[in-house]
Amino acid sequence: MALPKYTETRYRIWHYFYLFICTCVFFFLIAPLFVIFPLSFNAEEFLVFSDGMKRLDPDAFSLRWYKDMIYGTKNPWGLATKNSFIIATFATIGSVILGTVAALGLSSRHMPYKGIIMATLISPMIVPLIISGVAIFFFMAKAGLAATHTGIILAHIVLGTPFVVITVTATLSGFDHSVTRAASSLGSDPVNTFMKITLPLILPGVISGGLFAFVTSFDEVVVVLFLAGLDNTTIPIQMWTGLREQLSPTILAVATCLIVLSTLILVTAELLRRRSERIRGISR
Amino acid sequence: MSSETKQILTTDGIPLEVSLKKAEKKNKIKAFLLVAPLLLFLIITYIFPIGEMLFRSVDDRMVTNMLPKTFKAMEKWDGKELPPEEVFEAFYLDYKFLVEKKTFGKLATQLNYEKNGFKSILKKLQRKMKKFEQGNYKEQIMNVHKRWANVEYWRAIKRRAPDITYSKYLKAMDMYENEDGKISQVSEDRRVHRILWLRTLEIAFFVTILCFLMAYPIAHLLATLPMKYSNLLMICVLLPFWTSLLVRTASWMILLQQQGIVNDFFVWIGLVGEENRPEMMYNKTGTYVAMTQILLPFMVLPLYSVMKTISPSLMRAGKSLGGTPFVAFWKVYFPLTIPGIGAGCLLVFILAIGYYITPALVGGASGTLISNQIAFHMKSTLDWSFASAMGLMLLTGVLVIYWIYNKLVGVDNIKLG
Repeated sequence: MALPKYTETRYRIWHYFYLFICTCVFFFLIAPLFVIFPLSFNAEEFLVFSDGMKRLDPDAFSLRWYKDMIYGTKNPWGLATKNSFIIATFATIGSVILGTVAALGLSSRHMPYKGIIMATLISPMIVPLIISGVAIFFFMAKAGLAATHTGIILAHIVLGTPFVVITVTATLSGFDHSVTRAASSLGSDPVNTFMKITLPLILPGVISGGLFAFVTSFDEVVVVLFLAGLDNTTIPIQMWTGLREQLSPTILAVATCLIVLSTLILVTAELLRRRSERIRGISR
Repeated sequence: MSSETKQILTTDGIPLEVSLKKAEKKNKIKAFLLVAPLLLFLIITYIFPIGEMLFRSVDDRMVTNMLPKTFKAMEKWDGKELPPEEVFEAFYLDYKFLVEKKTFGKLATQLNYEKNGFKSILKKLQRKMKKFEQGNYKEQIMNVHKRWANVEYWRAIKRRAPDITYSKYLKAMDMYENEDGKISQVSEDRRVHRILWLRTLEIAFFVTILCFLMAYPIAHLLATLPMKYSNLLMICVLLPFWTSLLVRTASWMILLQQQGIVNDFFVWIGLVGEENRPEMMYNKTGTYVAMTQILLPFMVLPLYSVMKTISPSLMRAGKSLGGTPFVAFWKVYFPLTIPGIGAGCLLVFILAIGYYITPALVGGASGTLISNQIAFHMKSTLDWSFASAMGLMLLTGVLVIYWIYNKLVGVDNIKLG
């Protein structure tokens, strides 16, 4: 982005102004996340930087809130974490299976009414969550699945499949169908072809769709607010309750853990994306 | 194909055309069967329940079924003066039945939606009714409370007679059907919903504009920087994108509180005095700031993916043909990014218009949106049909934008990450 030497002064000034704007926007995007880290190690229970913290006094920092998160009396986080992982895992498995199979059908050039079916399958991602929440609640209440893990998992499969459908159809758009034809001409049946040829090639897309589905389920509050009973509380529900009642440093400790988790997921997703691009580059 | 041409046959003697059509049909069915499980699942758990919302929002058989005799007797009543004795008697019998079945509370709730003040007079009637004597129910009921002698209340009951009502939709627009069956507006101080609809549109619109203004420069920078720098900066966009919504809202709650860092900074640079730190949370400002930051990645990513495909030589060509950099940008680069702008703006607008969590946490009373009102009626007043009606009105708006988005961008072109 270095400017050529002949650039006039006014464009030079404009260029630095542009870079300044960009820096401000990047700061606005990322800085809020970094406020949480130091405050979660606060020794006091106020959500402001104490004088000790400003002086970097080691006594002003502690792991108190992390201990409270894990060992605190009557603490809801253990159950919530367990529930969140159970729900997100099963919702991911369901979304990935249903979504991948549907994406295979959608990518076939024989698929009738492709446009409208695709629009329907993607709709849970577009329709406001509050409406999805109300609709799914009516269904689950009638089916007797409100306040059960099964109900929440089914709801999260609904919300997670669009992501899988999108990523897998995107991967399949660069897929060379002659390899599957080659496999069938060599006597492989469709299931075998899928497991041995297609799946390994589209796996990066499937996994990154799965990651989206996992994160969607793991972060979802609105629908769970309608569906969850006392036994189905999840991490987002606990955070929601905490944020509404009183912002305690324990929540910041949990938030820090969540940021670490999302960083890990981001790294995995990025690596997968690059690998998928590489594979597709070769197959073309 | 002319009829004289000899038909091409396959090896088993069937005309090729027929055989091909058969194979095509088989392929079609195969493709459809792959999509069928998900489609069926969504129809049962999602599309169908949304349809049920529609039904719920207009369904009004509850009151009809609770007061069958009353409505039968009311058929002949013109609604101008107090109803005749038969109506009072029918109402007494219906209500007595409900009291015996202990479901009269539901009637009170339903009628109270129609006109305030029903709850107390129905309770009073239930207490006094035990001592009622046979005959002349009109007088006895009217003696319970003076409101029973007010024709308005009887008209309110009559309005609930039909099986289907669109009153919930009128209510969501701050209108109601008055005594003569004309649609009129509620008094000015009670027009809450229209304010909410307008505020939802306003916030969604300005958040979209703000996101666009902030996303355009950084998407441009990301698309033009060399790979190794842009990959690093991309993390600044993707990390918030992958981080939990609640975590990001929590961080804004810390930043924007009165003793928070943003206020500290304002005091430090001397913008505001220590004594009058501005309220930046629990009002519209909080909603704007937090929603813009949260939705910004959804604008950056589509813009970036479009800008990435624009060759830098186009700008150079524009400049070499005598345009200043600004002219070259405006005439060459900007028009090429319009598809990305359309995709990003529609996506952010759609997401913003249905936002619930962030406004509920940082919006206070003046920064909440229509979604918060829907949740309020679902969870607090339990007026589910009203919540359904508002939800469907919001849904219609979203679906229109979704349809435009589908026409312009195509849902299969949505890019993630």
